[in-house]
Amino acid sequence: MNDVTSIALIPLLPLAGFLLLGLLGRSVSGRVAGVLATLLMAGASALALVVAWHYFFRDQAAGNAYLPQVIWQASWLPFSGGLGINVGILADPISVMMLVVVTFVSLMVHVFSLGYMHGEERLPAYYAFLGLFTFSMLGLVLSPNLLQTYIFWELVGLSSYLLIGFYFQRPAAVAAAKKAFIVTRFADLGFLVGILILAFCGNSLDIGTLLDRLTNTQAPQYAAATTASFAGITALTWGLTLVFVGGAGKSAMFPLHIWLPDAMEGPTPVSALIHAATMVVAGVYLVARLFPLYSINNASLLVVTAVGSFSALLAALIACTQTDIKRILAYSTMSQIGYMLFSLGVARYGGEQAAGFTASLFHLFTHAFFKSLLFLCAGAIIHRVHSNEVKDMGGLRRRMPVTHLCFLVACLAISGIPPFAGFFSKEQILHAAYADHKLVYATGLITSGLTAFYMFRLYFLIFWNQPSRQEDGHREGTLSMLVPLGILAACSLLAGLIPFGRFVSADGRPASGSSDWTFALAPVLLAAAAILVAERMYRRPSPWPQRLAERLGGLYRAARRKFYMDELYLFITKRIIFPWIGRPAAWIDRNVVDGLMNGIAAATQRISYWIRAMQSGRVQQYALFFFGGVLALAWVLIYVWQN
Amino acid sequence: MTAYQVSFYLISACLLGTALLAVTTRNLFRAAIWLLFSLVGVAALYFWMQVEFIAAVQIVVYVGGIVVLILFSVFLTQQTGQQLPRATRTRRISSLLAALAGLVLCWLLIRRSGLTATGRPFHWDMHRIGSHMLGTGDQGYALPFEVVSILLLAALVGCIAIALKSPSAQDNNQNPEDPA
Amino acid sequence: MIPLSHILAVSTALFFIGVYGLLTRRNLITLLMSVELILNSVNINFVAFNKYLFPERLDGLFFTLFIIAIAAAEAAVAIAIVINLYRSHGSIDVEDSRDLKY
Repeated sequence: MNDVTSIALIPLLPLAGFLLLGLLGRSVSGRVAGVLATLLMAGASALALVVAWHYFFRDQAAGNAYLPQVIWQASWLPFSGGLGINVGILADPISVMMLVVVTFVSLMVHVFSLGYMHGEERLPAYYAFLGLFTFSMLGLVLSPNLLQTYIFWELVGLSSYLLIGFYFQRPAAVAAAKKAFIVTRFADLGFLVGILILAFCGNSLDIGTLLDRLTNTQAPQYAAATTASFAGITALTWGLTLVFVGGAGKSAMFPLHIWLPDAMEGPTPVSALIHAATMVVAGVYLVARLFPLYSINNASLLVVTAVGSFSALLAALIACTQTDIKRILAYSTMSQIGYMLFSLGVARYGGEQAAGFTASLFHLFTHAFFKSLLFLCAGAIIHRVHSNEVKDMGGLRRRMPVTHLCFLVACLAISGIPPFAGFFSKEQILHAAYADHKLVYATGLITSGLTAFYMFRLYFLIFWNQPSRQEDGHREGTLSMLVPLGILAACSLLAGLIPFGRFVSADGRPASGSSDWTFALAPVLLAAAAILVAERMYRRPSPWPQRLAERLGGLYRAARRKFYMDELYLFITKRIIFPWIGRPAAWIDRNVVDGLMNGIAAATQRISYWIRAMQSGRVQQYALFFFGGVLALAWVLIYVWQN
Repeated sequence: MTAYQVSFYLISACLLGTALLAVTTRNLFRAAIWLLFSLVGVAALYFWMQVEFIAAVQIVVYVGGIVVLILFSVFLTQQTGQQLPRATRTRRISSLLAALAGLVLCWLLIRRSGLTATGRPFHWDMHRIGSHMLGTGDQGYALPFEVVSILLLAALVGCIAIALKSPSAQDNNQNPEDPA
Repeated sequence: MIPLSHILAVSTALFFIGVYGLLTRRNLITLLMSVELILNSVNINFVAFNKYLFPERLDGLFFTLFIIAIAAAEAAVAIAIVINLYRSHGSIDVEDSRDLKY
């Protein structure tokens, strides 16, 4: 089948799953729903692999470069002035890569859920939401214009809300879903304004056209975008920064990160899919998609770099002190996405300087595998121990051997130990950072050390240390739970060997991936040292962790309380926004807006009663009106109307 | 100021004064009597205008017939003793305003029309009235005469039919003391 | 001599007194009386026009005669209706016969 159909089918298969299970879900059992969804997802995944193979190996564009091509487009709402809204499908290296990543991870999550979620309630709804999410994410990466991106962006946010709040009987889950939705929606306000600014400057919503017009220094739109300014900042910078704000919300960057730890209230496979591999990288994807524009605008790139590196460091610090396994992994995700973003921030468009772009997307690719693996292992552990807290785990290495091995593989990958996947991608990121900005490099280096430390802290606390409960003889988990773990572990091992730069780079031309082995020594040694420290402190029960925490005192407490960000947000919302903005707005809505409507209705009612009273049945009143009318008419006709 | 003129104004004053009293008084019987005087005043006006025949017909038919009929109906509906209820103030004021507006309008029209009396004398006699009444040529009113006769007959029959107490009406007759 | 307009003024005043009574009076019989006043004012008009504007003809007089006759017939029918209404509603207050109310 030709390209358009095969690419179009990839998002449509999970959509079909959503529709089928959404409409008929009540009449099928959870098992049937799961199998159906998994089969559809497997089809989509296979199609994605085929499409990727075609794209990268067979359909070579001219000049050996992979250029973005809009392979299908239809005009949806044509407006005048060329600002119509179209729908279309874009095929380009990063979108094809994302197709593979999203479908593959989603398939693993589906298979895992067959075992993990067995016996839960409302399973057809669960699989339907998973299908909706996958469809939205795939639509997002295939969008050739900004408005379609926005539409799918919002759909992704909606699916995330539905999935986080899946256990809606739990108030914590409901609150978490609301928080996620509200924070990302708030960020999307910036996104929308940014889209409007860019569309207004570039006079088009289509991404390709926008990139052409606004990067071409000769084009009138470029001149308009860079001369028009507000508060001393050019329109282009505003637009790009606001778009990044939207991306930062979805990617849980500081200060919009508060929803990610709470989002762990959802089922663990959901966390593996959404909050590890796909939705949270949407921000990175967005910056990468608009990268030609970002690369010529240093101010917005500076913002991206600053936010990314700061979030990476902050998240690593907080993760060192947490005790909930899923929250540690959530902060780890935030930290790794910070890596991806600052790697994009230090990159430029072509040649050597574009290494950061390739590195960032490579890290996205590898991170998807090992992070989802980490979450799925966490799911298996939680399933076994029936608790999220680290203190209820310990000594599990004998009782869960497969999980142990896979978790170890993932930890080694995320710590950047060769030859696991994370090493290659992290090394490329640090290399690009070193070439551009030494401070960013230093931050990245320290953060990678911290990453190794807290991941292995988690590893040792779960699988070594003191067993917290007696042996209960349970089996480790069903086959459907273990097979995805194994597959993802294999990917975490092998994915690093893919010559990513050959396929994905900023300008589409294969980049020469030069690996400087001596450069890689510093981060690897730092990681190894951090692992040793973690081993000393956590492999056996020891007083060191407690003593260190006391020594660090206030810093430790602040990190434990996530630097009081949640309290700050609560203060701002409850003390400032609600009474000063929310309540007056509500008052205006009730009294002024509703009052106006009610007033109009009441006035109409009074008028109608008055008119009705004229039909009173009293003959004399009729006579009075009759006589008065004739009189008035006579006056008017004789004296007033001078014809 | 000749007596001719004085008498006109006197008659007009009585006429309008009693008419006003007829429409404002709250005693039903008195209203009928004021009406009687008003109609007599109209007859006096006809006398003043030297159309004695019309004056005579006015007294015989209007005063002697219609007012008597009204008095009969007053007694038949047993309303003589009580005071008549007044209309609401709003009604009274708006009616007054309407009447005054109409009055002003008509007065202005009269002034504008510039109607003035021709000086020619007006001669009528019973012979002429009689021959015209039953005549069929020019100025013949035989047809209206016959039609009015039929009208009177119809009115006669109609009154009897309306006011007749049919046997079923007698059984369903409401007690006047009950509310309507 | 009395100008014609004065006589017409008298008849107009009588007319509007009758109109006021028609719109104000609540008793059916007084309503009828007001109608009689109106008819009389019209009669005065006819006679005056005939005498002062067209003295050769007698049309005004005849109109007056016919109006008087018809007024008599109408008064009789009206009284009959009043009596019928009194029988069915128990009162001859105009306000009490509001059956045509919405």
